[in-house]
Amino acid sequence: MIRFTQVHKRYPGGYQALKNVSFEIAAGEMVFLTGHSGAGKSTLLKLIAAIERPNLGSVLVNHQNVGALKERALPFLRRNLGIIFQDHKLLFDRNVFDNVMLPLQICGFDYRESNKRVRAALDKVGLLKREKSNPIELSGGEQQRLCIARAIVNRPAILLADEPTGNLDTGYAQEIMAIFKSFHQVGVTLLISTHDETVLQNNDVRVLALKQGELQTTSTGSGLTAATGSGQA
Amino acid sequence: MRHALAQNIGLLRRMFASPLAGILNILVIGIALSLPAGMYVLLQNAESLIAQLSGTPQISLFLGMDAKADDIDKLQKQLEQHAAIAHVEFVARAQALEQLKQSTGLADVIGGLNQNPLPDAFIVYPKPSSAQALEALRNELAKLPKVEQAQLDSAWAYKLEAMLKFGRMVVLILASLLSLALVAVTFNTIRLQILTQRDEIEVAKLIGATNGFIRRPFLYFGATQGLLGGIMAWFIITISLLLLNHQLNALAQLYVSQFVLHSLSLGDSLTLLLFSMYLGWLGAWLSVARHLSQIKPH
Repeated sequence: MIRFTQVHKRYPGGYQALKNVSFEIAAGEMVFLTGHSGAGKSTLLKLIAAIERPNLGSVLVNHQNVGALKERALPFLRRNLGIIFQDHKLLFDRNVFDNVMLPLQICGFDYRESNKRVRAALDKVGLLKREKSNPIELSGGEQQRLCIARAIVNRPAILLADEPTGNLDTGYAQEIMAIFKSFHQVGVTLLISTHDETVLQNNDVRVLALKQGELQTTSTGSGLTAATGSGQA
Repeated sequence: MRHALAQNIGLLRRMFASPLAGILNILVIGIALSLPAGMYVLLQNAESLIAQLSGTPQISLFLGMDAKADDIDKLQKQLEQHAAIAHVEFVARAQALEQLKQSTGLADVIGGLNQNPLPDAFIVYPKPSSAQALEALRNELAKLPKVEQAQLDSAWAYKLEAMLKFGRMVVLILASLLSLALVAVTFNTIRLQILTQRDEIEVAKLIGATNGFIRRPFLYFGATQGLLGGIMAWFIITISLLLLNHQLNALAQLYVSQFVLHSLSLGDSLTLLLFSMYLGWLGAWLSVARHLSQIKPH
């Protein structure tokens, strides 16, 4: 589903964010991406959504070379991805319902059907009762869940989450992890970045660990394995 | 479709979130458009007035006092056979005097005259032709025997026509410049809109909006603003003409005549609205093309 082959990313300022990163994620896998801040987690996710492009190497998403996509093809790539942003990127000029509606509007989805889908997505993250609220009235955890609802309303095959539990206390974080697990169970491919090691201890999943832009290991759960580069759990 | 509707309603709602700025813009556009369009209306009125007054041009031939009846007959035949002349009308001097008595209030003065001072005259209606050809014809007719004087009645109409041409050019230049101003106003408004909606545009791009999707509401906004400006201009012109007509009526009554300024015709009104809508759309399009590409998600 997602394959990185010897990917290098250097930002215009000269900062080398990723060095020779190679890995592969199969369809339906749930993978965690770990590392300290500045290790290149966000950059890696941005490369998948073609928000940034690699300087070297190739990024394949669904057999498409994302790095070489034309500008006008990008919207259609992104419609297949659900992205949960570190800074949420919610719109405060409209209510919760309309925030979740936006991706469906963009795809030109049938109006009646989209209403149902928005409610289903809000129900999934437990925000159905807040649909008329402005996102600004929501707590941090609720905003995060709203962001998840917006990412999944399109029913994307791949879900990318950048530090979804970053600023949340443990209770909220576990709630959100439970939501991700339920997506995993219905076959969605998930790539979740986190610096929160406690999340990993309770989950027996594959981990990609980044350190200063380099992929360290591929591990399962809290126990590290020696395999590097591309691999599959 | 419903989505597009919802999107546009959202946009209009935001537009009316700052109604003063929106109304000021529409007012500026309306005034800018009403200047050339108003001048155009006045020109149209002047043109129809001239057409009404001059009708077909005519040449008056005044004969010498010594012209005899057979001279007149000969001259009439000559004129009737002339290739450039449509038809000829003879006005005898007695008849002319009678007309003068009736048309002006000078009956007393004329009655006091012991002889008729008016000459016999022909009114020549030339076939339609250019001002130069008519002038040449006048010169030719002036040289005929027994003709004292030949007068081209429509000469002033041609001079006025030339002035109208000048006026039309002024309108054209004014319209071009103010259209440019309208495009510039829209360009700037849309630029500000894009800046304030930067977040929304960025998010929309991140979740798969095409450029067309992002561009559309701004184009609608520009076109709507242009259209409202056009409607404003239409009202400015219509109300101004109402006020002018009121004064003109008083003036015309002093001259015992009837004269009304006509407003924009239906066709002209539609042209005005469509044109202003198009200019708004164009300004928005230019602005969007210029500014949207600068917003890159990161």
